[in-house]
Amino acid sequence: MTQNQTEKLQAIREAMQAARNDAHPESHLIGILHKVQEVFGYLPREMMDEVAQTLEIPTAHIWGVATFYHYFNLEPIGRHVVSVCMGTACYVKGAASVLETLKKELGVEVGKTTSDGLFTLQEARCLGACGIAPVMMIDEKIYGQLDSKKTVDIINQYRKAAAEEKSAVGAETRRGKP
Amino acid sequence: MSRLITITINDKPYQVEPNQTIMQAADKLGFHIPRLCYHPKLSIEGACRVCIVEVEGMKNYVASCAFPVSDGMKIRTNTQALRTARRDIIELILDNHPQDCHTCERDGNCELQRLAASMGIRARHFEGERKRYEKDLSSEAVIRDPEKCILCGRCVRMCSEIQQVHNLTQAHRGFHTVVMPAYNMPMGESVCTACGQCINVCPTAAFLEKNYTQELFEKLNDPNLVKVVQFAPSVRAAIGEAFGLEPGLNMEGQLIASLRKLGFDYVFDTQFAADLTIMEEASEFLERLQSGGVLPMITSCSSAWMKCLEQFYPDLIPNVSTCKSPMSMQGAVTKTYFAKKKKIDPRKILSVAVMCCTAKKYEAARPELMFDGMRGVDIVVTTREAAWMIKSAGIDLVNIQPEEPDHPLGISSGAGAIFGATGGVMEAAIRTAYELYTGETLVDIEVEAVRGLKGIKEGSIVMDGKEIRVAVAHGLGNACRLLERVRQDPSRYHFIEIMGCPGGCVGGGGQPYAQINSIPLDDENLRKRAQALYDLDKAKTIRRSHDNPDVQKLYKEFLQSPLSPVSHQYLHTHYKAKTPVGIIPRNERTLSGDSK
Amino acid sequence: MADKQYKLTFCDGSGCLKNHAREFRQLFEEELRRHQIQQNVQIHLSGCLGMCTKGPILIVNPGYILYGNLRSEDAPEIVQEHLINGKPVSRLIIQEDHLYNRFFRIFGDSEFFGRQMRIALRNCGVIDPEKIDDYLAMRGYEALAKVLTEMTPQQVIEEVKKSGLRGRGGAGFPTGLKWEYTAKQSDPEKYVICNADEGDPGAFMDRSAIEGDPHTVLEGMIIGGYAIGSRQGIIYIRAEYPLAVQRLKKAIEDARREGFLGERILGTDFSFDIRICLGAGAFVCGEETALIHSIEGARGMPRPRPPYPSVSGLFGKPTLINNVETWANIPVIIIDGADWFSRIGTATSKGTKVFALAGKVRNTGLVEVPMGTTLRDIIFGIGGGIPNGKKFKAVQTGGPSGGCLPEKYLDTQIDYESLAKAGSIMGSGGMIVIDEDSCMVRMARFFVEFTQDESCGKCTPCREGTKRMLEILTRITRGQGKPGDIEKLERLGTMIQKASLCGLGQSAPNPVLSTIRNFREEYEEHIHQKKCRAHECTALLSFVVQDNCVGCGACKRVCPVNAVSGNRKEKHSINPNLCIKCGQCYDACKFNAIAKV
Repeated sequence: MTQNQTEKLQAIREAMQAARNDAHPESHLIGILHKVQEVFGYLPREMMDEVAQTLEIPTAHIWGVATFYHYFNLEPIGRHVVSVCMGTACYVKGAASVLETLKKELGVEVGKTTSDGLFTLQEARCLGACGIAPVMMIDEKIYGQLDSKKTVDIINQYRKAAAEEKSAVGAETRRGKP
Repeated sequence: MSRLITITINDKPYQVEPNQTIMQAADKLGFHIPRLCYHPKLSIEGACRVCIVEVEGMKNYVASCAFPVSDGMKIRTNTQALRTARRDIIELILDNHPQDCHTCERDGNCELQRLAASMGIRARHFEGERKRYEKDLSSEAVIRDPEKCILCGRCVRMCSEIQQVHNLTQAHRGFHTVVMPAYNMPMGESVCTACGQCINVCPTAAFLEKNYTQELFEKLNDPNLVKVVQFAPSVRAAIGEAFGLEPGLNMEGQLIASLRKLGFDYVFDTQFAADLTIMEEASEFLERLQSGGVLPMITSCSSAWMKCLEQFYPDLIPNVSTCKSPMSMQGAVTKTYFAKKKKIDPRKILSVAVMCCTAKKYEAARPELMFDGMRGVDIVVTTREAAWMIKSAGIDLVNIQPEEPDHPLGISSGAGAIFGATGGVMEAAIRTAYELYTGETLVDIEVEAVRGLKGIKEGSIVMDGKEIRVAVAHGLGNACRLLERVRQDPSRYHFIEIMGCPGGCVGGGGQPYAQINSIPLDDENLRKRAQALYDLDKAKTIRRSHDNPDVQKLYKEFLQSPLSPVSHQYLHTHYKAKTPVGIIPRNERTLSGDSK
Repeated sequence: MADKQYKLTFCDGSGCLKNHAREFRQLFEEELRRHQIQQNVQIHLSGCLGMCTKGPILIVNPGYILYGNLRSEDAPEIVQEHLINGKPVSRLIIQEDHLYNRFFRIFGDSEFFGRQMRIALRNCGVIDPEKIDDYLAMRGYEALAKVLTEMTPQQVIEEVKKSGLRGRGGAGFPTGLKWEYTAKQSDPEKYVICNADEGDPGAFMDRSAIEGDPHTVLEGMIIGGYAIGSRQGIIYIRAEYPLAVQRLKKAIEDARREGFLGERILGTDFSFDIRICLGAGAFVCGEETALIHSIEGARGMPRPRPPYPSVSGLFGKPTLINNVETWANIPVIIIDGADWFSRIGTATSKGTKVFALAGKVRNTGLVEVPMGTTLRDIIFGIGGGIPNGKKFKAVQTGGPSGGCLPEKYLDTQIDYESLAKAGSIMGSGGMIVIDEDSCMVRMARFFVEFTQDESCGKCTPCREGTKRMLEILTRITRGQGKPGDIEKLERLGTMIQKASLCGLGQSAPNPVLSTIRNFREEYEEHIHQKKCRAHECTALLSFVVQDNCVGCGACKRVCPVNAVSGNRKEKHSINPNLCIKCGQCYDACKFNAIAKV
């Protein structure tokens, strides 16, 4: 966790203690879940357990709330969302094999996130780029006329960029920036 | 006494009390409005929309379970438009429900099936996508089948409002709503106490007990096994209902005869072990009382309460009696004392228990209860399962000649019989503790203060000038409130009885389903079942546990004395804090009133 | 202002921000510095004016010059030509057809504003929403002062009753009556709630009101709290409105600091504070009782009423819930009087209403008009009519809870009763214009898909019934409609309307039933002839090459399934058995030689 995240987590814990003293601690639940998602990008089970214990709200109740509201992610979301278009044109042009390539390359099923937190794999309905089928969208960028090799190359580009960023941050730290 | 108001139902005027709902008023007047999610003991949902009626002046239909009557209100309960709407609503439920009535455990006894029949659904207009979910068979006691769920919410309300366990919730939303424990964890790993009240209130087969009838039929046909069965007090008081009889009939003799016809070699009575439990527990209580041990002492025969204790109240573990439940004590003496006496290899004994309880299935599998590498009870079946087995084997329980239980674990005192009613264990314990402590006979052995359906009952008895304060709670919600009082002031009581189920064991999670014209957990039913046990007590000549001659023999020949090392080895157990940790909302703990 | 030569107002609303308004402003400010005239000008930011299609917007005073559709390269020109040389850049000024005077002094010469009467949105686009001093300068908190020093709670309620204000969230319940019921309850603990969970797709009235003028909502709530005897207000606002949330937080901070919120407000015995609660992505939480449950930290599921929130609401206490727009009207009613307010509008619907005009209309955006304005005036007057020479087909009012009204209803005067009589509802103010290129069946399906997704799942008719309606509509749009489908939709729809637990379910069938009522032929064509006259349902379309094809081969090149055949310079043809109806050929053809049939 970054310094910023640690501070925010501390703030959440303080907010929970304050909520305990309120006449209606449960009315702070959704606000606190929002804060948790801000720090982690989703609602980790351990955090939901901690909220349950601190606010004295049964875990089942918290689960019912977390699953009701679409805003809350119950699974981590990767830094990049890879959506493979499964519309008819793309399907006919081989979207299924693009999807298989991605599943193999990333090592995840649809809807899941890679363990390094970099990619979440999803299926999308027609993206409207049928002329360059088959198509995948990474975040807001569209990549078309894919085959297995191209797909893997594109993924590796993102991996390289992430690694470079990481080493840049690491270098900063090593240079003793405060 | 409030002034009566006038309402009109289907064009006829009626005088009714104010401050009630349309459904309550209509029920009293003999108009039965169909319903599904409504239950008088649970909060009002208004979710199923089956109980809709027309109220003049309201644009849309209203849910009669929720809408209050007012002076001059004009109501229609059975117009053609309403009938069509209700029919369509039930069809919509059916369209998202498995079509397997014939092979479903609740065939013939399912509220949805009854409603569909009464609506006259002949054709399907709206069929489409159906939900698909896996069954959850992880628990020893209670299994879930979300495909059969009609989302009435009764189970969630029962588990939260009455039992204060809060294990279940509706998760996700809209068409994808499912009832589940937190994180969709398997029931077997959840905070569920296995009390089975969800099964009692479920209108369909979305919740059922884990069924062992197949396995039991197989084992009953195994010639190498010595088949021994015991049955709980509450089973005899309720099993007749599964055969269409009135609630409150004591079918003890008929049940024994039927079990023998099923193939059991020995039919024992859990009431014997209830007497044994009293011997141990009363002695334990007196020892704590006299030597400054941890008080209040809390009873331990309710298995749902035991799981609840370990998850929700681990701080109170020192308070709880180390005695096993009567069922487990019976199992233990069966495989030791009885086996030795009859020179049977205990490993060849099939020890079966017919229980009113689903949590007993969980209890029988607890490793802490094992001894000499064996389980005391190998298979637990509920009253429902036993009834089905008896019917399936073609045995006419209703008309069969009653028979007596077998020795040496069969006879029982009246005190053992009343174990099934809330307050029964306390009353039985008092009968023995008083006499053990004072050396005198307790004349008024019927302790009214601990009888009845009030959620938390208090009483006191003076033994040799010492006032002993007792309390009784039934239903885990009432237990929660009582235990909060104990946490605030540990000296308030000396001895506490806790039963996990509302009404005590007579209301257990394994009891027969409510009949056509009654509802689950009907107070009248519970009272009648309990009364059968109190009548049984009255009819017996031996009414105190310590007067049971076979119990005395058991001590003489095997256990030596209550709390002896032998008794401790086979009749006592220990508890420890378990996960998941149970959480009760703060404002529920501190409620002063009873739950309903 | 006296010593400044120019006052510049940059619109900082979400719509303009999406069009890079901030970048434009930064560039503009750089230009000012480059010419060293930054001390001659006063810069203000305002909330959303409502002219979202023309953003970024800049108003220059004196002169009331309204600039729009600005690009970065325009900044140097405006600075040089207008601010330095004194000559406004006419090509960048928003021009309209007619001259209207009402908002001329603020917004300049524009018909878009001329026909409006901005009461709830009176300060939007005029003040900086993050400066309480701006609000005070526009008579802000004057109503509160009057209420606390000159009026009893009962007098306040009487005034609101007299004004005829009705709930702007959609139900249209008389606001004064609601206040009176809640005030009558004897429980000392009461709550005031602002429903800012604007969930209708295409509605952004409440967002703009809060982003542009958060203090008016606060002031309204404080007055409401005084009237009913409450100490605590809560604003329940969607998490999807971060800018609005941020502005509210600032406004609350500032109001507390200036003594308008907190203990002993303005030195009186009245204390009131406001808290913000976030929603989390559930449209159903716009329903009163679901909203209350959401604040209570539970699943946002409604419950039967009675008891109504005014008797038993948040935490079981008497609760007054009103919509953002309702609250925004309160200070005006107090200052300018109920008599004045009740002269605006119709006999049964007083005051104005903010609409979010969208769809196939020239001027989309927010408009606030007096009740009684006709649909025609809004769509063709303020809205500028249908672009691209297309014909008007219908207007959808009330979002997913409303109905589609065809041409014969264009002269309906907008008020609660007349819209209901026409077969739609006022709703929260969404108004979507539909032209001949839109399929009504698809439109109905779109709305049902939304309500199905947002259904809380509690009651059978909505949870199961809307699912079945959606399945039938989907089949119809895919060419798999069966005889009897329309009757099934009507039967299901009527039952869902009458038997559902809450407003979401009760109104979910409205788009379906109103399109069946007004456009039944389209449904029948889909089902019996497998035809979609708007050419929107791809399963019912054929793409056919016309005779004016020149044989360029563009369509053949883009077809992903090789369904196009033909030689160069010869008329091509599309094999209907291979065609997957993606429409790429249609888009690629530069000669309009492919027709959707």
